[in-house]
Amino acid sequence: MARKFTEAAIAGIGQTEFSKASGRSELQLAAECALAACRDAGVNPHDIDGMITFTIDNSDEINLARCLGVKDLAYTTRIPGGGAAAAATIYQAMAAVNAGLCNNVLIWRAMNERSQYRFGQNPQGQQMQYQSGNGTGSLLWCVPYGAMTPASWGALQAARYMQKYGVTNRDLGYISVQQRAYAANNPAAWFYGKPITLEDHQSSKWIQEPWLRLLDCCQESDGGVAILVTSLDRARDLQQKPVHILGATQSIPYNVEVISNYYHDDLTVMPEAQGVAKRLWAMTGLAPSDMQMAAIYDAFTPHVLLQLEAFGFCKPGEGKDFVKSGGMALDGPLPTNTNGGLSGEAYIHGMNSMIEGVRQIRGTSHNQVTKKTVEHVLVSSGMAGAVLARA
Amino acid sequence: MSTPTDSAPAAPAAPKPTRIPPIVTLDAKFFWDAADQEQFVGQKCGDCGLFTFPPRPMCPQCFSLNRQIVPLSGRGTVHGWTIPRHPAPFGFKEAPIVAVIQLEEGIRFVSNVVDCAHDEIRPDMPVVVTFEATMNNHKVPVFKPAGK
Ligand SMILES: [Zn+2]
Repeated sequence: MARKFTEAAIAGIGQTEFSKASGRSELQLAAECALAACRDAGVNPHDIDGMITFTIDNSDEINLARCLGVKDLAYTTRIPGGGAAAAATIYQAMAAVNAGLCNNVLIWRAMNERSQYRFGQNPQGQQMQYQSGNGTGSLLWCVPYGAMTPASWGALQAARYMQKYGVTNRDLGYISVQQRAYAANNPAAWFYGKPITLEDHQSSKWIQEPWLRLLDCCQESDGGVAILVTSLDRARDLQQKPVHILGATQSIPYNVEVISNYYHDDLTVMPEAQGVAKRLWAMTGLAPSDMQMAAIYDAFTPHVLLQLEAFGFCKPGEGKDFVKSGGMALDGPLPTNTNGGLSGEAYIHGMNSMIEGVRQIRGTSHNQVTKKTVEHVLVSSGMAGAVLARA
Repeated sequence: MSTPTDSAPAAPAAPKPTRIPPIVTLDAKFFWDAADQEQFVGQKCGDCGLFTFPPRPMCPQCFSLNRQIVPLSGRGTVHGWTIPRHPAPFGFKEAPIVAVIQLEEGIRFVSNVVDCAHDEIRPDMPVVVTFEATMNNHKVPVFKPAGK
């Protein structure tokens, strides 16, 4: 294969069912969603030549390649940072294709995160979580103080922001209500047919007082999601309408880390997302107003606001008004997490919301944006982001 | 048969600490060793004077490996806080106040605010360091409202 710059595109997406108890191994979930993505694209799994996942995915590349009969694996890598890795998988797949290193890059994330272990509970195998490469550098400074869960770390990160701008927990409820409305109309969502009201949100129990209630938190889920990335030219000859990866990047500014992110200068902003935004808008020549939809990592509701502000969809502190006035709705300025997000559809570590962005460009979402043609979609996982485009 | 302790008047047993001990890495050992002695110390560059937290082997400003361990004032303010309700954090009988403390030296440190009712906590509230015991005979720095 000639080493010349090659535009990259998403040719296939695949997922398992999203559940609370998959009843099978994580490797099987990985194999099933990978096969689904290949079949969606019309690519033989034997021809996969690149494989990318998260550092904390439990399935081994070789074992998965053995399931799929991969003939010759040219490229493998894993991304650190927990869920912050989500959009960085697309970034690195794009880079590998751009550089002419791979033809068919498989991205996967599969987990029994509800039935086998639970991110939302106090840690069991304590040391495991604090290993390098997990992007959880300073969690060990939190644990003796009773901050033992992602919600506690996330609340501590959001507190200064919410104080400064007077964001109340009720304000956050508008995000949850919107995402559950989307999920209610999405048969793949765990909360299909189960919308909530603002009162439901306000009466859900405190997880982190006075910032996060239960309905501000993502789910814990079992399931797998895969994406097949190839060249734009090749994608044009495959089964689906290609989704061009117009740009993708990562940003980890000085003293920033994932979730236990208390050491950079200004805790009322998300500098990593600001860094991603700056590079992404420069790389694509686009602006927030060019996006017809966004898939934004929503482990906890305040982080949706911080990302909306970092990407320039609204000014600092105005995120709460943006969501309250229907900013995330189908007929609003930025339909967001139309699958239901990680709170409404499932928590497959951000990957399931990213493939919703692909469906929006294909025109196949259960909550399809119809008021305008979806030309561009932003996907963000905080430390990484991508702009997907109609080809 | 009786032992000296059997015949001693029954003193109320001090409750055993239930707080999880710190996870100690080599680059942060100095910090937790000092905390065991109820000293609150930090890391300062021996060449350019920059305070760094979390501790690290190299100064990010001048790349010196000359680490100085210096006493910190123990004074700071509450930069942000949360009260973990669910799941109840392991090792606490009542929900603690977990806080990011902005220290006078310009660094931040995650800790607890103790001797403070849940409805008394305020942003930028001045606090001072104190120490609490953990399991396995260790101590960790925590903070209480200044003047209490
Ligand atoms: Zn220095």
